[in-house]
Amino acid sequence: MNGLEAVLLTIITASTPLLLAAVGELVTERSGVLNLGVEGMMIMGAVTGFAAAHTTGSAAVGVAAAIATGVAMALLFAFLTQTLAANQMATGLALTLFGIGLSGLIGQSFTGLPGVKLGAVYLPWLSDLPLVGPVLFAQDVLVYASVAITAAVAWMFKRTRSGLVIRAVGSNHHSAHALGYDVAGVRYRCIAFGGACAGLAGAYLSLVYTPQWIENMAAGRGWIALALVVFATWSPNRVAVGAYLFGTVWIMGLYAQAIGVAIAPQFLASLPYLVTIAALLAISGNRTLTKVNTPACIGQTFVPDR
Amino acid sequence: MENTDDGAAGHLLEAEEIVKRFGDFTANDRVSLRLRPGEIHALLGENGAGKSTLVKIIYGSLQPTAGRLRWHGEAVTVPSPAAARALGIGMVFQHFSLFDALTVVENIALAVPGRFDREALAGRVARVSEEYGLPLDPTALVADLPVGVRQRIEVVRCLLQEPCLLIMDEPTAVLTPQEARQLFVTLRRLADEGCAVLYISHRLEEVRELCHRATILRHGRVVAQVDPGAETAGSLARLMVGADVQSVCVAAREPSGVAALTVTRLSLPAAGAFGVPLRNLSLEVRGGEVTAVAGVAGNGQSELFEVLSGERPAPTPESVTIAGEPCGSRDITERRRLGAAFVPEERLGHSAVPGFGLGENVLLTRHASGDGLVRTGFINGGRTRALAARVTKRFDVRFSRQDQEANALSGGNLQKFVVGRELDRKPRILVINQPTWGVDAGAAALIRQALVDRAREGAAVLVISQDLDEIFEIADRIAVISRGVLSDTFAADGIDRERIGMLMAGAHEASPGPARDPRT
Repeated sequence: MNGLEAVLLTIITASTPLLLAAVGELVTERSGVLNLGVEGMMIMGAVTGFAAAHTTGSAAVGVAAAIATGVAMALLFAFLTQTLAANQMATGLALTLFGIGLSGLIGQSFTGLPGVKLGAVYLPWLSDLPLVGPVLFAQDVLVYASVAITAAVAWMFKRTRSGLVIRAVGSNHHSAHALGYDVAGVRYRCIAFGGACAGLAGAYLSLVYTPQWIENMAAGRGWIALALVVFATWSPNRVAVGAYLFGTVWIMGLYAQAIGVAIAPQFLASLPYLVTIAALLAISGNRTLTKVNTPACIGQTFVPDR
Repeated sequence: MENTDDGAAGHLLEAEEIVKRFGDFTANDRVSLRLRPGEIHALLGENGAGKSTLVKIIYGSLQPTAGRLRWHGEAVTVPSPAAARALGIGMVFQHFSLFDALTVVENIALAVPGRFDREALAGRVARVSEEYGLPLDPTALVADLPVGVRQRIEVVRCLLQEPCLLIMDEPTAVLTPQEARQLFVTLRRLADEGCAVLYISHRLEEVRELCHRATILRHGRVVAQVDPGAETAGSLARLMVGADVQSVCVAAREPSGVAALTVTRLSLPAAGAFGVPLRNLSLEVRGGEVTAVAGVAGNGQSELFEVLSGERPAPTPESVTIAGEPCGSRDITERRRLGAAFVPEERLGHSAVPGFGLGENVLLTRHASGDGLVRTGFINGGRTRALAARVTKRFDVRFSRQDQEANALSGGNLQKFVVGRELDRKPRILVINQPTWGVDAGAAALIRQALVDRAREGAAVLVISQDLDEIFEIADRIAVISRGVLSDTFAADGIDRERIGMLMAGAHEASPGPARDPRT
């Protein structure tokens, strides 16, 4: 029983940063912008979150600093791609390289220092339930936030005018502009939201996952999040499924290695990618849904003729 | 354009001395325009005459460099399309401002202010569309709808806002004759209810039939204001162009040659989510004739062109033959070597590389056609330039310096160049998609004449076009494509516009191939 509980807890821990980063990138991409800088924004969020928490002793300040850093990085990206109409791929890649480098520099003096762990939320009665208590009702605030953000994003796209406008801008920026929508403005906000989520994912890494600073601790999670968005065909619910599936297979692989299952560790390490891609391809088979969700303008630069 | 007749009070909209400059290009040069309630007012002019710029200023998508607008006699600025809509100005765009991935009601919601309530809005859409006889399914996905229905969405979207002025930018360019007539009924009814309509078109006959007044623009200036009913199509064209437009001279037809290009029972799945599948297509193009494929844009024309040119392979080699050779799986160079030439629809980016000079662009389609432009991998620059010069001279392509980049040419000149580049080879088979789309009248006449002349020299010419006037002007035989299904081929003098309109709407779809839900 205790073993199962531990497995479930590690799965949630492994999946949460992926979900946070992916759902933020999903909103960015639905507005028609491809930001390849997720990894860079995430690692910068991790280092500033750790530094702020370590300096002030408050994990909450750390989380706030990580969000602010993610947004600042995203706004830099937005300024380059929306205002100056720079190429999105190149700018996003540069943002990632920049983030990895700068985080290493900032983090130098913080390596090996003790971190501040973001505490779990205790819910009376619920947290005391067997199994579901510790797994579902004794998590930290970021786990709840990841679920709440995903649900809110799904609801926004389905039910609200803002969601409709974002989809419209991502689907055809010329038409949206002709109708009088501020394409760049909408995209600025979506990019900033993506940055905030990536920052939050970074905070989760350095304040919950391993509460210390390790250079390059994002370890490719930003790229996994990017891939999840595409394979989930831009659906928030499917992104959640994908993130948790990836986390599950990954953790199972680690456990399998620990108990000495005779499978090559390289194969186990690649398994999460294979399983997630296969599963998401299978559930994204519905062509109409894919057609509705795919942002047709993704990655294209838009400059209105004024 | 003096301040005359009945004073400002009677006017709905007055545009006074509007000037709009883009850099040092003046798109509108002191343009004035007045509209009364209930008036259908045509705005005529060639491409680049400044019509779209003027209506974009009225609709708030562009701001004028100088001049002002009056609405009901009051000076107004229209900072944005939303402001224009708030005033009561609605616009139906030439290239629709619709979102393929959204449903009908979502598309409409984007232009209607207020609370976002899908159900209530769907109810209003249903009411308005019923009232005006414009049937719409609010939950349908726009990507699945034919072009005529898409325009209906735009019209209904405007009507929901109870506009006082409706701007329509080339509304009939994408409609079948029947659909156009239905649109005229709606527009006349709106005008009777007091709504003004600003109607942009270059189809002069329909302007004469529909519009009460016409303002004619040339090079950004107003050159005349006329009663179109009292003019002839010829006199209107003269005003637009500033000179007589030469009509195409079609020589008598030689007895039909052999089939030089054939398509046999060709089916091809759709490429991508928004593509059109081709279903059981058969077609024969004979030497000495111009065969035309008519149809509303987006019904499989691009797909047909791609499979003929070899950009997409056909399922079996025999389903496409060129000069008797099965070509279904051969690439475009092999097809060119058999004497075929291809001119795709999109000039910039498909026919020509925008940043390349004309010489380099000549090389792109002529490198393997036996002109000695390339020897053992090296380009012969002299020959390439000479060939480009020959094409530009013969087809009257105007440019400011030798070896100018393709994107510096105007649409008409570039089209003359890309058509000329192929005709210069004297191809035995020519396939051309939308030969004069968006091209000024002078260039269009030259291109059409060249196509007919080439056919009379014995070549098999296949013209894919959505312009029925053009088809009737040059084609000997006509087939119609609708949703990837091709009709039988008819002799041009044995079929009228009515019948073609019915075919464009899919009258022939039921017989060949698996039928989908029939269109109304």
